[in-house]
Amino acid sequence: MIEFQDLREIDLGELIAEVQKMWDAGYRLVQIGATRTDIFEVNYSFDRELKFLNFKIKLADNSQAIPSVSGIYWNAFLYENELHDLFGLKIENINIDYRGNFYKVARPAAFAEKPVAAPKIRRAAKPVDKAGTEEADR
Amino acid sequence: MTKRTIVPFGPQHPVLPEPIHLDLVVEDEIVIEAIPSIGFIHRGLEKLVEKREFQEFVYVAERICGICSFIHGLTYCHGIEQLMKIEVPARAHYLRTVWSELSRIHSHLLWMGLMADAVGFESLFMHSWRLREKVLDIIEATTGGRVIFGSCKVGGVRRDIDNAELKAIADKMQDYAREYREIGDVFLKDFTVKRRLSGVGAISGADALKLGAVGPMLRASGVAQDMRQLKYAAYGEIDFAPITASEGDCYARCAVRIGELFQSVDIIRQCADKIPSGAIEAKVTGSPDGEFYARTEQPRGEVIYYIKANGTKNLERMRVRTPTFANIPAMLKVMPGIQLADVPVMVLTIDPCISCTER
Repeated sequence: MIEFQDLREIDLGELIAEVQKMWDAGYRLVQIGATRTDIFEVNYSFDRELKFLNFKIKLADNSQAIPSVSGIYWNAFLYENELHDLFGLKIENINIDYRGNFYKVARPAAFAEKPVAAPKIRRAAKPVDKAGTEEADR
Repeated sequence: MTKRTIVPFGPQHPVLPEPIHLDLVVEDEIVIEAIPSIGFIHRGLEKLVEKREFQEFVYVAERICGICSFIHGLTYCHGIEQLMKIEVPARAHYLRTVWSELSRIHSHLLWMGLMADAVGFESLFMHSWRLREKVLDIIEATTGGRVIFGSCKVGGVRRDIDNAELKAIADKMQDYAREYREIGDVFLKDFTVKRRLSGVGAISGADALKLGAVGPMLRASGVAQDMRQLKYAAYGEIDFAPITASEGDCYARCAVRIGELFQSVDIIRQCADKIPSGAIEAKVTGSPDGEFYARTEQPRGEVIYYIKANGTKNLERMRVRTPTFANIPAMLKVMPGIQLADVPVMVLTIDPCISCTER
């Protein structure tokens, strides 16, 4: 069975109003996450009685300020601090702001780097002895 | 005015198998506020998806957690299969369901042991873990691994369980259920345990939903929500209803987990009765394209895998939202007003898995 999922793209300016509608309609905040492609995508997921709904906003770079939704959903502060620490996203007015100390990571905003091309794995040809049997198992 | 003191709790603490830190603001022995710190062991595994082909990444997904490893692998595979529109054979769905429920049983027994240890009931702790060992033996016999099963793959499963063996496992689990009843009764009826858990850290269903709680934390407050209702794997053909309680306190969360032990035993029996014959894996060709949120029910609650693919062998993004991460806000909200001595019990009743959370 292929599950239907509602994925909607909204503008940054609509974010607070749309999230407020979710709160008013009794939706649970399921998660907030980000994806780094050529741009930054931020996803907000909600659920009500297994009805799953997602908003996506697109940002050209991570210096663009995003208003915090933690004034609506108190639990959003965890996700928003995570987005700041891993992606370097600038989120304004988080109710509990760790100011970059949420994750103790070696490299700040490591997830903001563009995905690297996966290295091509070249498997070396196995050496063959004179009898024609592979040496690799010795 | 009573003087306020900040008491640090964790990241190293006798009841915490993994690191989480709380700054507890207390007045005398009463907690006023709790401020969490996590991120001590963040591994950045999600970033690794850029360097591993999508079929290989199942191995990484399984290693996100050492307790619910199988369900991590299953959720990842489910997401990829939905994106690629792969019709997984029915037998594979049933086998996935059996291993998921075995995982749930051993996870809940592990939690019961930790809880018994936290309240100082050492013989109950040992009994819980003794029973868990028997489940791990079944897992080892059917998958070859005790922690990392390695049996789930994109398109199905790697190993089959013979019908007769599956029936034998279901029978064995019925026997074990009698022992679960014995220790479950101690948790639910023993005066000391009951006094430690009852009325501590209560949260209403409405508040739990508002704070994004999931799993037993949510169901113990009377909200009958379980991601198995989404009918992934074979759950659409299994008769079950979410186990709930109404009090929303530590005792209710304990009761829900104990109830789920018997529910899982019953689901395994249903799977043994209904499992169809046939293939255990579908052929996988091509690469995934698009985005999907895979949602399943782990022992601790709803886990989410967001997968974004671009038609190549490497995914663009794989993000995991673990149940512990979702339950932290609700845990913080119920802390004010409880005794300092109850904090370890309260933290344990969300069954925190920091290993998952620090994926």
